[in-house]
Amino acid sequence: MCLALPARVVALSDGDQAVVELGGVRKQVSLALVDGIGVGDYVIVHVGFALTRLDPVEAEQTLKTFAEAGWDATADAVR
Amino acid sequence: MKYIEEFRDGALARQLAGAIAREADRSRSYHLMEFCGGHTHAISRYGLKDMLPAAVDMIHGPGCPVCVLPIGRIDNAIELAARPGLILCTYADTMRVPASGGLSLLKAKARGADIRMVYSSADAVRIATENPAREVVFFAIGFETTTPPTAVALRQAQALGLDNFSVFCNHVLTPAAISHILESKEVREYGTVPLDGFIGPAHVSTVIGSQPYEFFAEEYARPVVIAGFEPLDVLQAILMLVRQLNEGRAEVENEFTRAVTREGNAKAKALVAEVFELRRSFEWRGLGEVPYSALAIKPAYRAFDAEARYDIAYRSVPDNKACECGAILRGVKKPADCKVFGTVCTPENPIGSCMVSSEGACAAHYTYGRFKSVPIVAGATG
Repeated sequence: MCLALPARVVALSDGDQAVVELGGVRKQVSLALVDGIGVGDYVIVHVGFALTRLDPVEAEQTLKTFAEAGWDATADAVR
Repeated sequence: MKYIEEFRDGALARQLAGAIAREADRSRSYHLMEFCGGHTHAISRYGLKDMLPAAVDMIHGPGCPVCVLPIGRIDNAIELAARPGLILCTYADTMRVPASGGLSLLKAKARGADIRMVYSSADAVRIATENPAREVVFFAIGFETTTPPTAVALRQAQALGLDNFSVFCNHVLTPAAISHILESKEVREYGTVPLDGFIGPAHVSTVIGSQPYEFFAEEYARPVVIAGFEPLDVLQAILMLVRQLNEGRAEVENEFTRAVTREGNAKAKALVAEVFELRRSFEWRGLGEVPYSALAIKPAYRAFDAEARYDIAYRSVPDNKACECGAILRGVKKPADCKVFGTVCTPENPIGSCMVSSEGACAAHYTYGRFKSVPIVAGATG
């Protein structure tokens, strides 16, 4: 129920509306809950509304953290 | 798909699981509750439990809005749909939840009730504008993610002067449910539900921020790590919780920084505050009456409040006696502890709500884990 997916904004239209694309599928969503969204931004879409903007810098940082956490100084095989 | 597939990478998942196995202290245990059904689903779907060391125990929480909606509220929705000429709009998630008298919204629809599944609250408003001669009710359920869209719909209906549209509001609040679990006898007195830390909500937190959880970390000395719904997010959150517990810390940490800030979405919160107010009490399946755990529509929007408009009277209805949904939602039992799990109760023919939603603990275990009768020995071999 609370599932939401990141989608890229491809066009803005009147009345707080935008077209987003996810995996080749385009869909009209509402931007009524967010401010300052532009074409090319990624937004987290839930029940037809963008809940928030996705921060690409933070996303990169998180992926980097994953890789660092997995680094093992003793380098022994895990599972 | 960008920002999805990178967070499902198998090689990185094994590395993270290796780090958890190395850092988890084998002489103790880590009982971690994933509050959200979205996390429960990810843990089952990606087999994360099998990657964790035996010391780490995951407990499913009550964060599945479909699961916690009590039978009486579905009965109310069916009664609304039975009114001649009325159109009931609902998210598809509620359609198959068993109600009283062997009914469900799906069965009521089959018997002729005009029930329409909508993707968005905006669709319900559109249906009302397209059918001016019909009464249209939006059956609004969900946590803090679906609440702002309902607020937008109510404002839109008022701006359009729609006199045939109303909302049957059943929105519930996450922090109230977490408090209720931490205050429960099973956690505080009996210790039958050992609870060392929480994986905090993903998308709910995009709206409310990480700040509301600070109280739990301080007051109950339990660490909370807010995490996204992808498998690497969940593993990283488990690693962060293991580290906090190892170091004796109880803090709110945020793994889902790409979408969650401490303050959350100010615009969405302001909209919700304008349209909704707290209910004194609301019944949750499994948790019973929980004080100040749900929202009602403010008097300024009373014209669009279906409860006032149709004089809806709530009646509490007990769950099916054989169903263990209540105990499962409190973390007291696991799906396999239920006698009807996978026999009488299946996703095709659910007896309880936890088998209905794909985020329900029972449906997740049925779909992804029920054949694993042989205990799996997990943990690092190196």
